[in-house]
Amino acid sequence: MPGLGGRFSTVIKSKISRMLDRAEDPSETLDYGYQKQVELLQNVKKGIADVVTSKKRLQMQSTKLEQQVVKLDTQARQALSQGREDLARAALERKTVAQTELQSLDQQVTELEAQQDQLTENEKKLRTKIEAFRTKKEVIKAQYSAAEAQVRISEAATGVGEQMADVGLAIQRAEDKTEQMKARAGAVEELEAAGTFDDITQLGPAQDDIDRELAQLGAGAQVDDELAKMKAELGSGGGDAPALEKGEKEGSA
Amino acid sequence: MIVRVSGEGQYRLPDEDEERLNELDNRAVAAVEQGDETGFHELWSQMLELVASDGNALDEDELVESDVILPPRDISFAEAQGEFTGEGLIPDG
Repeated sequence: MPGLGGRFSTVIKSKISRMLDRAEDPSETLDYGYQKQVELLQNVKKGIADVVTSKKRLQMQSTKLEQQVVKLDTQARQALSQGREDLARAALERKTVAQTELQSLDQQVTELEAQQDQLTENEKKLRTKIEAFRTKKEVIKAQYSAAEAQVRISEAATGVGEQMADVGLAIQRAEDKTEQMKARAGAVEELEAAGTFDDITQLGPAQDDIDRELAQLGAGAQVDDELAKMKAELGSGGGDAPALEKGEKEGSA
Repeated sequence: MIVRVSGEGQYRLPDEDEERLNELDNRAVAAVEQGDETGFHELWSQMLELVASDGNALDEDELVESDVILPPRDISFAEAQGEFTGEGLIPDG
């Protein structure tokens, strides 16, 4: 049998040996082992539930951002129809930021969903293996001498332990990922708290930190395009107004 | 030989595949060392393909230890840098 390298192998192996170390007497190992497995299965379920909770939180945030996007778009149109291009631009800049966040949030939710499915599938596999262990332990108890039993037990326990450790690792990985997402989501919340997505009509004339930050986020080109499109829509009222009129810069009333 | 794909399950592969897997493993280590991300992902797909084409999934109630544990399918290049080092997943010798 070849040896094992790689971090995943190492982590899994050390998790197994920690699980196996806990009991010494073979007959005790069997019952204790099984009891321990059932306990750990509960942890696995809890781990999956945590992933689901994080996912729901992200979904809620995504819904909120969607509403902001619609609101800011409406505000931009209103501002423009009142001849306030500056406010319209500010609203569109915020809309672009919200949209970018929304995109990445949605992608993360999708990834998390796939991970959740896989975890659930693995939890099912683990349950099957634990059940197999329960059957096997009765057979071992009935059929083998102590010395022989020791070998069989450790084989069976290792088999379950590996699955257990692997599922544990998968959960850990999913949790790491949700942590990263939470950090990102936290950043969006901060922007929100700072008023980034607030009603633009309430903005004072002075450029605040948020505005400067937004400008740096490079919403530029996209905002210009959208503004031009909106102007065309509002301006002509006709269906086939040109989408872009770059050079045009008369201080229209 | 029994191979586990982390996060997915265990497969039984003919022993001859060990050499092929080991070779891909060593090349993946080289790719990682050279910072060749595209090359690494190409080799990693080949490793997974080999497991998929030659391996038979173990019954879910089989209780056996794996000879080789491969990392999760969606491993990132950054994660691979902790996995594919030295002699790789399958030590030579």
